[in-house]
Amino acid sequence: MPDKLKEREPLWREEFSVFKADERYVNRRQLAKFLTLGSLGMFAGNLWILVRGWFRKAPEFARSVVAKAGEIPIGGVKLFQYPKEGEQCIMVRTAEDSYVAYSQKCTHLSCAVYYEHELNRLECPCHQGYFSIHDGSVLQGPPTRPLPRVVLERKGEDLIAIRMEPEA
Amino acid sequence: MPNHSNPQQNRGLTAIDAVTSLLVMVLIVQIWLLSATLDNYLAGHTEAALPAAIVSGLLCATCFALYRFVRHVDREARG
Repeated sequence: MPDKLKEREPLWREEFSVFKADERYVNRRQLAKFLTLGSLGMFAGNLWILVRGWFRKAPEFARSVVAKAGEIPIGGVKLFQYPKEGEQCIMVRTAEDSYVAYSQKCTHLSCAVYYEHELNRLECPCHQGYFSIHDGSVLQGPPTRPLPRVVLERKGEDLIAIRMEPEA
Repeated sequence: MPNHSNPQQNRGLTAIDAVTSLLVMVLIVQIWLLSATLDNYLAGHTEAALPAAIVSGLLCATCFALYRFVRHVDREARG
């Protein structure tokens, strides 16, 4: 009886009957399968963006008086919320009769940007992202997209925010 | 125990390794494509979405063809 037991394959080999060469094959095949499914996922992501783009509605923005002309000095800033409560924006008076306004949320990781008067640019202090004060484009740093611009209209002494470009 | 390290199997493994490398490269291109399209979409530009989806679909089809090739080689090499 003990001799018979010796002749038999060990129990672990019966239960895990995978040869090394076969195992390498299985691993490679499974990796190829995983990569192919990953590729399918990427394609699905692109399709999702395409469909979202097709069904994207142009948002409607309310007109809102955000400041009075002359309320802030040249080179000064004013913070306001637009288009909704809690969506912080920054307005800068760049010249006697020139005002610009942008979303204050950095397009990198949403830190609040501030106006750097000496260098005439907007700066994100979290990762040193810099934006042009003229059009909100990225000058330097990790952000890849410009700051959404608040389009302003002047009516008498009122500075009115009419929409965001591109939509926030 | 049968010998699993014959030349045919080794050739098969080399072919599968080559195809896996190609799959990795295709996937990297697709990841780049998706991140670029998403970045454009978030910036309000949707013009790039259609060409990106078409190219991504073609790359995905390439991946499936390569995967079929892996299965075919695998089956042949192992008998």
